[in-house]
Amino acid sequence: MKKNQTIEQAIAAIPSGARVMIGGFGNPGTPFSLIHELLRQGQTGLTLIKNDANEAGHGISKLIENGQVSRLITTHIGLNKRAIDLMNQGQLDIEFHPQGILAEKIRTAGAGSFGFLTDIGLDSEITRPEDLLDWQGQTYKVEMALSADFALLHAAEADWLGNLVYRGSAINFSPLMAMAADHVIVETPSLAAPGHFRPEHIHTPGAFVDSVVSLAQLTSDYGIIDHHVRR
Amino acid sequence: MSVAERILSRAVNEITPGSIVNLGIGLPSRIMHYLPDDFDVQIHSENGILGAWKQAAPEAMDPFLIDAAGAYVSLGQGASLFDSAVSFAIIRRARLDLTMIGAFEVDSAGNLANWKIPGKFSPGIGGAMELAQKTRRIVVLTNHTDKYGKPKILHTCRLPLTAKACVSRIITDLAVIDVTGDGLVVREKLVDISDAELQEKTEAELNFATGEGPHDTA
Repeated sequence: MKKNQTIEQAIAAIPSGARVMIGGFGNPGTPFSLIHELLRQGQTGLTLIKNDANEAGHGISKLIENGQVSRLITTHIGLNKRAIDLMNQGQLDIEFHPQGILAEKIRTAGAGSFGFLTDIGLDSEITRPEDLLDWQGQTYKVEMALSADFALLHAAEADWLGNLVYRGSAINFSPLMAMAADHVIVETPSLAAPGHFRPEHIHTPGAFVDSVVSLAQLTSDYGIIDHHVRR
Repeated sequence: MSVAERILSRAVNEITPGSIVNLGIGLPSRIMHYLPDDFDVQIHSENGILGAWKQAAPEAMDPFLIDAAGAYVSLGQGASLFDSAVSFAIIRRARLDLTMIGAFEVDSAGNLANWKIPGKFSPGIGGAMELAQKTRRIVVLTNHTDKYGKPKILHTCRLPLTAKACVSRIITDLAVIDVTGDGLVVREKLVDISDAELQEKTEAELNFATGEGPHDTA
């Protein structure tokens, strides 16, 4: 079954108030084109789950700055002063997790489980007494799995069946989110017919993917950020 | 030599051949540029790289390949790329030999505070908590005092902790200090400074190693 859709069709499936995972660590893996269409369609009251908030004026920061996001579940927003200001002004509700714990919460949901036990942050202020579990003489922190209604992902290459291949450091949260969301929308600049990939080289099998959007070209959003180049 | 260069040129000696190392965002990430090009090390970056190396040549920079600090890194021979769950499995399974990391405060028990200043600075935890809690050896790189001249090496940290009793060594612009069972021990001085002067800039009590040369690494 061909999963190709137009970008308008694919994003129109997302209602206001949805919980949406978005791939990417900084720029690599951020699905800028899908985000731009979500900005254009204007759904509001969104809960976003992403490693970071991109940088001011880029990626999901556009959705935040446009007032479409009520809550952000993330690990670090240090590169986005605009998001920090909105958080400090009480206009954006932010939930922080240690980075690998956020990844594992998503992976756990994606594996069909409900939670896991950890010792990360056990002695720190991020742990509340009600999160603790004493089990067979040890104390653990309970971390619940984190799922979502939608995931928006960027794949370097995909086929019509939704088989995905990521590139460089753009893997990051994407294969985990593909497994943890109920409806997975993928953008790719390189859409191929089934059979194009060596089967063992596929990162995300098509079973997890609902919709594939072919991008005619990558905009300047996907390019090198000058201020990250060391002179 | 600037203060940062003094810290970095000493810190680079902490990296032993054949090791797996994470260099925190900010000052520590600059250590890479002090390593010889053929140095045998695998640099881990928490966004999913083992074998990150110095910034790629302009024509080879790949917008889809950055390290956790956002730098357009190259990849060393034998590098691997993986997802964030695997990246943090490497950390939590204690496969990193060394992490060098910054600090707001560090104390005589090796407690580290580097992620939050309540009411002033709370951009999130990132990978700091897992790196601090699970890396085999944590070396803190920091200015000896803050921008107001107040000590950053304290009896007991006052800011929210990143992790308890995790720090092995502190390298500042003035000295190399080890966290031991008997408190803080000064191993080397990086500038011409008396014991009394160094103590004055440090809230925690310092012990001064006697008869130990600059190559002693405890």
